[in-house]
Amino acid sequence: MKKIRIGAGQGFYGDSIMPAIETAKRGGVQYICFDCLAELTLAILQKDRNKDPSKGYAKDISTTMRELLPYVKEKGLKILTNAGGMNPLGAQQETLRIAAELGIEGLKVAVVTGDDVIDKLQDWDRQGIPLNHMEDGRSIESIRDHIVFANAYVGMGPIVKALQQEADIVITGRTTDSALFLAPLVYEFGWQPDDWGRLAQGILMGHLMECSGQAAGGNFSGDWQSVEDLHNIGFPVAEVQEDGEFVLTKTEGTGGLVSVDTVKEQLLYEIHDPSSYTTPDVVLDVSEVQLQDAGANQVRVTGARGSQRPDTLKVVMGYSDGWLGQGICGYSWPDALAKVKAADRIIRKQIERIGLQYEEIRTDYLGYNSLHGPLATEPADDLNEVYLRIAVRTRSKTQAEKLGRLFPPLMLSGPPALGGFLGMMKPRELLGMWSCLVPREIVEDGLQVTVAEV
Amino acid sequence: MARVQLRHIAQARSGDKGNTVNIALFAPTTEIYDVFLKEVTAERVKEHFTGMVEGEVTRYLVPNLKAMNFVCRGALGGGGSRTLRVDNLGKCYGSNLMRMEIELGRHG
Repeated sequence: MKKIRIGAGQGFYGDSIMPAIETAKRGGVQYICFDCLAELTLAILQKDRNKDPSKGYAKDISTTMRELLPYVKEKGLKILTNAGGMNPLGAQQETLRIAAELGIEGLKVAVVTGDDVIDKLQDWDRQGIPLNHMEDGRSIESIRDHIVFANAYVGMGPIVKALQQEADIVITGRTTDSALFLAPLVYEFGWQPDDWGRLAQGILMGHLMECSGQAAGGNFSGDWQSVEDLHNIGFPVAEVQEDGEFVLTKTEGTGGLVSVDTVKEQLLYEIHDPSSYTTPDVVLDVSEVQLQDAGANQVRVTGARGSQRPDTLKVVMGYSDGWLGQGICGYSWPDALAKVKAADRIIRKQIERIGLQYEEIRTDYLGYNSLHGPLATEPADDLNEVYLRIAVRTRSKTQAEKLGRLFPPLMLSGPPALGGFLGMMKPRELLGMWSCLVPREIVEDGLQVTVAEV
Repeated sequence: MARVQLRHIAQARSGDKGNTVNIALFAPTTEIYDVFLKEVTAERVKEHFTGMVEGEVTRYLVPNLKAMNFVCRGALGGGGSRTLRVDNLGKCYGSNLMRMEIELGRHG
């Protein structure tokens, strides 16, 4: 039976490239798929594009292409990535530039556009297409003037088309992470668009792979201390059969761990109802999935069920929602916790005194309760050190900037033994996320696949 | 009768979507999973996260994997890119759930 091997290249914008190089060299894969876009990544990329219209894609695509294009030529490897972000055509240009730099010829680079729908919102509105929040039904009125980006989650369709046009590289914007992994299977095996069972297996494979190291021993809540060589972790590789059954593994000689216990944590990661995980290509039901130990670092995955894809696509928008101002500094033993609490009182009094206007304020004690908040237990001993972090949400950048300036005087005029002042931290714009569902055809009509060749 | 903290017997991973966090909790055996069914209810998880989760908690079961998935709404102070929280992506909710103590013996 025909089998396809696919490697996971990246789990987010900023992930390590080293595992993908190992996979390309020794993983025996035909495809490597890169997921670069978390929900908020588009906001970062939109800011880049505003500053420079040629930017707005995930910048690490340059490293990815420089390192991997030689294998594309040498081994016939194909690379699929959503690093296009807010500017897929810019990412295509960058890829072509690097190919030229490396002296690589005969390369087809496809790009998928049309997921960026911000310019269509007005028309949709006029046509009476509701853009209410999909979770609580709120009207979009309140945020309309603050929208920074609006992108639809696109499925496998255009990626499969690009592969049919013999693309070596496919660059997209906001596709679902799992569609990048599903598309090669549909292309290679000729799965039908309504073969829900197989599509479900393919999407499940993508879901397990899209967070790179998280299915190979990273962020593992079990016996994590026995996971070896995370410095050299191997990202997951899937060997998929024509009937959809697949074995999840990783490249030999790499670190990490692919086991039933590590894989099952990823299976439910960021899923809500396990019997109904909606994607543009199929609705996935993981409740009967079987994970089976198939040898060292090998897990056989079967039993995903699928039902008909939805008539809608999800559009996610980011809208500006104020500014974050923050300051961080540390205090040493003895009485470190008492010291940070005293410093917090000082700063809060001064916030009042200078009239800093905020909409929300928050104090955390790093080393004591910053990650567990109200559930953190009282420390048994006098802590060696604790860091104070105060954060405010303000309407304007100017107000947010004011907070940091209150910190340095603590060194000479606050509680004793302050260290680790992190310096003036630049205010950061805060973005709210708005998700809504729109009829799929109004997005899909605008999707385009463009192939360039060098 | 034994009172046990989940950290000694369970696995858990959490992640975010917008202002919602989900926590998948895994039992090591069917017997312990049966105890989880009675002890680790949506109500109890909601109460456990008082001050952190503002909205509803829904529990979904996946017996096949001896797993339960808790979907917590209003759990991130507005979501990853808007919140003031240090754990802005909710990655620590899983470990925080493992603080919970349950009665292991009582259910026989």
